[in-house]
Parts: sequence; C-alpha cells; structure tokens
Amino acid sequence: MLSIAGIANSIHQWLNETFSSGWATLLEFVLVGILVISFFAFLGLVLVFMERKVSAYMQLRVGPNRVGYKGLAQTLADTIKLVVKEGLTPDGADKFLFNFAPFLVLIASMLLMAPIAFAKDFQIWDINIGVLYITAISSISVIGVLMAGWSSNNKYSLLGAMRSGAQIVSYELSAGLAIMTIVILAGSIRLSDIIASQENGWWIFKGHIPAIIAFVIYIIAVTAETNRAPFDLAEAESELTAGFHTEYSGMKFALFFLSEYVNIFIVCAIGATLFLGGWMPLHIGHWEGFNHIMDFIPSSLWFMGKTFFLIFLIMWFRWTFPRLRIDQLLNLEWKYLLPISLFNLLLVTFIALMGWYF
Amino acid sequence: MSFLIDYIRTVYKSVRSLLIGMRKTGYYFTHHKEIITQNYPENRDTLNLPERFRGEVVMTHNEANEHRCTGCTACELACPNGTIKIVTKFDITPEGKKKKALDTFVYHLELCTMCNLCIEACPTSAIKMDQAFEHSVYDRRLLTKKLNKPDSKLMEGVE
Amino acid sequence: MLEEIGTTEQGDLVINIGPQHPSTHGVLHLVITLNGETIKKVEPHLGYIHRSIEKMCESLTYRQFIYSTSRMDYLSAHINNHGCALAVEQGLGIEIPPRARAIRVLLSELTRLASHQLWWGAMAMDVGAITPFFHAFREREMINDIMEETCGARLTMNYMVPGGVMFDLHPNFVTRTKDFLRFFRSKFNEYDELVTNNIIFQERMKGVGVLSSADAISYGCTGPVARASGVSSDIRKIAPYEGYDQLQFAEAIQSGGDCFARYLVRMQEMRESLAIIDQLIDTIPDGEFQAKTKAVLKLPKGEYYSRVETARGEFGVYIISEGATTPYRMKFRSPGFSNLSALDHMSRGSKIGDLVAIMGSLDLVIPDIDR
Repeated sequence: MLSIAGIANSIHQWLNETFSSGWATLLEFVLVGILVISFFAFLGLVLVFMERKVSAYMQLRVGPNRVGYKGLAQTLADTIKLVVKEGLTPDGADKFLFNFAPFLVLIASMLLMAPIAFAKDFQIWDINIGVLYITAISSISVIGVLMAGWSSNNKYSLLGAMRSGAQIVSYELSAGLAIMTIVILAGSIRLSDIIASQENGWWIFKGHIPAIIAFVIYIIAVTAETNRAPFDLAEAESELTAGFHTEYSGMKFALFFLSEYVNIFIVCAIGATLFLGGWMPLHIGHWEGFNHIMDFIPSSLWFMGKTFFLIFLIMWFRWTFPRLRIDQLLNLEWKYLLPISLFNLLLVTFIALMGWYF
Repeated sequence: MSFLIDYIRTVYKSVRSLLIGMRKTGYYFTHHKEIITQNYPENRDTLNLPERFRGEVVMTHNEANEHRCTGCTACELACPNGTIKIVTKFDITPEGKKKKALDTFVYHLELCTMCNLCIEACPTSAIKMDQAFEHSVYDRRLLTKKLNKPDSKLMEGVE
Repeated sequence: MLEEIGTTEQGDLVINIGPQHPSTHGVLHLVITLNGETIKKVEPHLGYIHRSIEKMCESLTYRQFIYSTSRMDYLSAHINNHGCALAVEQGLGIEIPPRARAIRVLLSELTRLASHQLWWGAMAMDVGAITPFFHAFREREMINDIMEETCGARLTMNYMVPGGVMFDLHPNFVTRTKDFLRFFRSKFNEYDELVTNNIIFQERMKGVGVLSSADAISYGCTGPVARASGVSSDIRKIAPYEGYDQLQFAEAIQSGGDCFARYLVRMQEMRESLAIIDQLIDTIPDGEFQAKTKAVLKLPKGEYYSRVETARGEFGVYIISEGATTPYRMKFRSPGFSNLSALDHMSRGSKIGDLVAIMGSLDLVIPDIDR
C-alpha cells in the first residue's frame, strides 16, 4: 500500500544503492532540511488563509475572495508583498539582536518539528526523550521574543516582551504538568511509544476524567504559550499596537508571523499526539468492522485531521473571547490552572497505580 | 469546604459563559446565510440607492438643453462652504432690454458637504442632488465642475 | 495637583499613546507615566483635530451653522443638530409642529441606538474581542439605511432645520423601523451572550476605573458616565425638551461607577430607546413637518442656551446674538471634553489594559472634544 513511510523508505533505499552510505546520509539531511523549510512556508500560507476565513465567517464576512480561485492565492500575494517590502531597522536599535531575534524564534519552532510523527513510521527523529525535548525546546522561543522586544529600542516592544516572558514562563508549568499526565499513563516519554500505547483507544477516552482535565489545561496553556488571543498580551493590538514586533517590517516581521503560526501547528500536533492518538485511527473496543473501516483512512490524514481540529479550536477561541489583563492572566495560571493540574497529577498517578483506566 | 464549593462553582460558571460565547460564534461560522457583506464593485448594477441620497449637486436639463437656473445666487448664499460660484452675464432680450442670466455654474465638489441647503434655497428647482457617489479622481482639478451644459438656455417661463 | 504635572521620577516609563494608536479611536494623544505596568499619571493632549467650529459658526447664518455641528460628535450628529435647532428656535420663538417633534425624537433615538451599537462593538474591541464589532455593525447598518432613506445621508444627516425637519418621513420609514426593532430585539440577547456574560469581559470591567458620584459631579461628567456613578443627569428627564416628558421611559442609573456600570447603563439605554421608538412609531401625528419661517433668520439681541442629551451626555449650545443674521459668539458644551477630564483620576493605579478599557467605557469621540 502506498504510504508516506513507504515513499520515504524507497527514497532511502535508492540513495543508499546509488551513493556511499556517508553521502546518502548527508543527502538525506539536506532533503529533510528542504522538506521542513518548504513545509514551514506551506503551513504559513495555509494557516493564515484558514485564520482569515474562520474569522471572516464568525464575523459575518466572506473573507479573502478576490485573489485566485475563491481567494486561495491571497496569502501568496501577501507573502510576495512582505518579501519585497523594505525591512527597516530603527535608529538606536541593537542591530545584531534585532536582526537575529526572528531567526531564533523560527529556529526554535523548526527544531520542534523533529520528534513529531506525521504518519505511521514517519518521523524525523524518534528521540527517546521526545516529550522532554519538546518542553525544553519550546522554552527557547521566549528568548527570541525578549530579544526582539529589548533590541527594538521601543517602549511598546519592551512592555510586550516583558509580558510575553512572564506569560510563557508561567504557562509552561501547567503545559508541562498536563503532558506529564499522559506520560504517567503511557509510561514512556518516547513519542512513538506514547502513540503505540493508544492503539486500542486514545488517551482522552482511556484516561477519562484526569485526561480530559489535562487536555483542557493543555489547550489553555498552549494558547497562552503561543501568544494567541485571549492571551495575546505580548501583541495586545489595542494596548501596545503590536507588542514585541512593533518595529519589525517586511520579511523579518513575516518570520515572526510565520513562527507564530508554525508554533500553533506544533503545539496542536503535540496535543493531538498525546491526547488524540497521533496518527492512530479511531478504534473503539471490540468493534472489529468499524476499526477495519477506520484503518483504511491513511494515517497521515488522521494526524492532520486531528491537528487541524485543534488549530480550529484555538482560532475559535481567538475570535470569540476578549483579552485578559496581565494580572488576571497570571492569576489564572497560579490560582487556577496550576493547583488543578497538580491535583490532576496526583489523581492520575493514583489511577495509574490502581489501573483504573481502560 | 464551602471555599472549595465556591471555587468549583466559579470555575463552572466561567467555563459555561465562555462556552455560550463560543456557541454563538460557532453558529455564525456554520451558517453562511447570515453573512451581511456585499461584493461591492461587482454588484454595482444592482446597487439600489434611495432617491433622497445626496451624492453630488447636478443641474437638471430638459431635452431641448434648457435649464431652470436664473442665476439668482440664492444657492451661493445658502452654501456654508463656498462650494458654489455663479458667474452671470447679461443677455439682450428681443425687446432690447438687458437681462441677467446664468453664464457658468461652478460647483466645487471637493468643498461640498452634501448638506442640501442649496437645493432647499433654490427658488426655481434648477438644481438637485444626484445619487452618484464614486467621486474619486486622480487630479483634484477634475472635481471643479461646470453644472450648466454648453449652449444651454434658460427654460421659457422661469423667472 | 498642578505641581504633579510634568514631573517624573527616576525609573518611570513615559509612553505616548497616540495620536495614532488603535485604541484612542481618533487623534487623542495621551502621555502616560508608568511604573512597570501600573499607571501613575495620564495627561491627555488635545488639539490634533481642532477645526475651530465655534469660530467658524460666527460667520455662518443660523441655517448654515447647523451642518457643522454634525462634524463634532459624528456618531450622534442628528442629536447635535437637534440642540442647535432648539437654540435657534428658542431665539426665534417659533412653535414646532407636532409631526416635526415626533420625527425629531424618533430619529434622535435611532441615532442614540446607532451610536451605542458602535460603542458596544468598539468597547469589546478595546478589550480584545474583535468579532462583536462586526456583529454591532450589522444592526447599525440597518439604522444607517433607514437614515439614508429618510434624511439622504448615513452619518452626517443635516436633517434638522430651524422650525422642523428638512423633508417629511420617507413612506417606508415606519415599516423599516418596525422591521429593525423586531430584528434588533431578536439579536439583543446575543450582545449579552457574546460580551456581557463573558467571564473575561466581566473581570476586565468590574472594579476598573471607579468614579465616585462626588467626583463625577466635580469633573462635570454627564451622560452614561455620570449615570453609572449614580448621578441623575439625563436631560430628557431633568429638563425635558421636544415632548420627552410625555414619553414613558426610565433613566438608566447604576451605582457602581466602574466600567461595568457604564457598560450596563448604555445597554439599558438601548432598551429604553427601543421603548421610546415603540411608543412613537404608531402615533406619529399628521400635519406639517416644518414650521413657516422667514427666508432670512435673525435672532433678537440676547443670549440663548439649549441642551440636549446626546449618546455621550449633555450637549449644550450657547448663542450670543447681536441681532444680525450670524451669531456674535457661539459656544458648544461637548460631553466628551468633561468626561475625558476624569480619565486621569480614574486610571491612576490601574494597568495599561485598564486604561484602554476605561477609555472605551468613556465612549470618547475625539472631534467632539477638540471641536
């Protein structure tokens, strides 16, 4: 059967037959790099278009509908505009950090692409500390945001960056604890093991109450971590104009924009992997016939479907809710989410020890 | 214990209020018939403006290229912005008398606020408001208009 | 108080909000002094859209100057015009036909509704929810269409003339207004579902920007801002004009004085406006829509003052006439100016996000402040 893993394997075989193994590995590196970068660009185009359409329909509008077929080329046109635009560096800015910050943010989100399983047996790097790797790397992007805010020599940017720092550092706690819930249930921090443990049912169903609580907390925490409304205090259009990227223009702005959307994709992909079974099809207990039909849908479609469902959820939040204030944001984390997730962790440990999950 | 109940109640109420809002936006996301925006330049033919809509001042002419403006400058005086400038000339009537008549009705669209005071002031209903609203041009000189058509004359019987 | 202005301590962060800023809704310039995120001081700087309308009015006749007041508070243009027309009529001593009075009240209330709808959307947008803005425009668009059909323009109608209104009501007016009332009533609970009951919105609004009733009076606040602090200030109640005393409606008063109280006052005002339109729409008297006036209006020598309740508060028109065709001196009391003066008092000690919420709840229209 034609699958993404099959194609990857045949390319691997062909490369190894044609070149020596050293060259083949090097070529594979290059190939993967190109794929990741083009996937980035593709994601940016698709997600920006999706966001604009989702927001438009929620706001009784049609959304982009002029460029290309039903407006599909709108984001492409926007990209071209951003590429040809002049990238201004403000006078008095720390030039090196100012130019470096967008790349740092982008690289951080690119690194996160490595352990994600896009389809059955299709993973860039099945690292055995997958979950740890993800939580560690995702903290790096805040440095880029702080760098951008500080180096811009702009007070709005500085305020935005400080807000973003406080926000991401606090919300990482509950995101990490929510992930821990699944780690305890699955008994492994390797992502492929976690996916494999969900063969007979996704953790959100198998882990019942604690898993659902963890899922809700995870979604809230990653919405905050990716600086999305209602937690978009780092940008806070009506307060800080554009927050930490006020002074950025042209392609450097586009990189921030891109990394924001890629970050959403990544956190949703991780959420789908941990809670919704990654590429695993929907299997219900002993319904053999139903499970067989579900197996016919390709694993990559399962993964993308789940991820885009979560992305839609996060977009739905953004176009419904008002923004929180900075103290309320920290209150929510330290007074509500953190105690609940700590209690939840206790609960899930107890449940895992007693074996009270399916 | 009551503290814990209050805590849980707060969480429940908050989540509920958020979900109600999401239900509303979700409704509009799935019901596209509620969309209210129009595709403007494409629907230009079907665009229906009410007859009272004030777009610009025009002078009415009949088929014989005759207007009703006597050049009395009532509109010029009524205008708060100096939008209208009336240039008059002296016609010689068949009886050999000199008579004041309209030469040029200058209308500065760029100064006009569409307040309708000139139309109200006109004693002979020579001017009226038109529904045209797409006034943008590349050269502002094009906005200064001459309202009476070339070689137009005063209608018979309008004093 | 005066000494404080212009002094900053070491470590304070001074930020210019505006003149170009998404949440000032115009060209308001605020110099805010911050300690971290906490506001120590707010200094509004005005004058970016000053057009000296008062001085201009001195060279315009009594028919002409009314149009220029539409450009002050453009969201309640019709009510501004109403105040001017009342002042001129007071000077001329003309009696307005009952039909004209009914038309004026009807359109004033529609304008108030449209203004509050826009405020509702902008308020939600200030605190970060963008979707309600578009929902508010859906209903506002219907009012604008009604206005367009009857008055000939959507925003700056210039429908008032001394002695009545410019045209008669459009034949479709009654049916379209009734359609609008039905539609708006069916959608009004959506306002509550989307914004009022939302926990994040309530948290952002409650206890923010508290203005006590004593402060509201001493700062000269009027309109919904004063009424949210428990000060009865509705001109339609305390000095009824144009037959408002014969209509049944309640004055919306809250006692909290915070942003949420101001929000609730405006929401209730929308309901009261609907009630007023309901009472009038079926009983518009027949007759003239304009009293007979002379071609050239001359006010007798003297001073004339009239005040009306706009969507933002008390709008006063003060005319000194020397008996000529143009006023000798013209003064407008705009509600936004006094309401803005309380901003510093209200926002001290709160966060930047609160400042934006307070500005939203004051419902500032900058051309109204600058004139």
